[in-house]
Amino acid sequence: MKLECKHVWQHISEYIDHTVDAKLREEIELHLEHCEICSAILDATRNILVLTADDRTFELPVGYSERLHKRLAEELKKIEKDSRKE
Amino acid sequence: METRGTTEAELIARILAGEADLFHELIRPYERMVYMTVFSVVKNEAEAEDGAQEAMISSYRHLASFRGDAKFSTWLLTIAINEGRKRLRKAKSAAEESLDEPTEGQEGDFTPALLTDWREIPLEALERKELREVLRAAVAELPDIYRQVFTLRDLEELNVEETAQALGIQPGAVKVRLHRARIMLQKRLVPFLKTTAPPRNRWFGRAL
Repeated sequence: MKLECKHVWQHISEYIDHTVDAKLREEIELHLEHCEICSAILDATRNILVLTADDRTFELPVGYSERLHKRLAEELKKIEKDSRKE
Repeated sequence: METRGTTEAELIARILAGEADLFHELIRPYERMVYMTVFSVVKNEAEAEDGAQEAMISSYRHLASFRGDAKFSTWLLTIAINEGRKRLRKAKSAAEESLDEPTEGQEGDFTPALLTDWREIPLEALERKELREVLRAAVAELPDIYRQVFTLRDLEELNVEETAQALGIQPGAVKVRLHRARIMLQKRLVPFLKTTAPPRNRWFGRAL
């Protein structure tokens, strides 16, 4: 059975995640070989995921780690003090 | 305090046995993950940072209840999500908004945007700062349930099972929400990707 574009789109996420079964994977790959539109969609989606996983896209606030550990140190001390009182 | 080569389980045991300072080492690999996770719920930098700190402190206080049947990271993220949701509830009840969590219905168009020329996406375009900004904005605009799944799966690279556990939803819902989130983002970014590309004169053998 020949896959339609719409069918490929429905599975594009699972295809990227390698969670489609072998038979469907083969059908999708066959379709992609001939379909520029679906290849383009796959490419764009993959690129977005590459960009998302890039640490420069979603950055931590400057000084976040330092503030976190400073706060932790204070809290750990407080908790220790409290437990000694008990 | 030698910790090189120490496993996470050993670290946790030593912390519980009284070496409290080792907690700093335990959470170091998860600082980014916890922040991004809280941010995906509260969508505000200052709230996310406060929330991340609170989540870490809370995980220290409750460390003895960590059973080791889940991964420590998943357990920690559950705490982070709950912290984020608590903050959101507070903010929302202040604004007298409904707390009902929407679920994924069938509404909305989840077909991707079509590109006629995939070669119009040059790799250099991915290096552009503007594109990162557009992506950040697009993720922020995703409906909450999609943004949270997308953050855990594609930003923090958790697997489906871990994401389901952390969010307290079924693995099937993780897959559906992730698919929709990705399609929505693809749609949002495609026009931008296209405009960043240099014009091409020929394609499919025809002159344009």
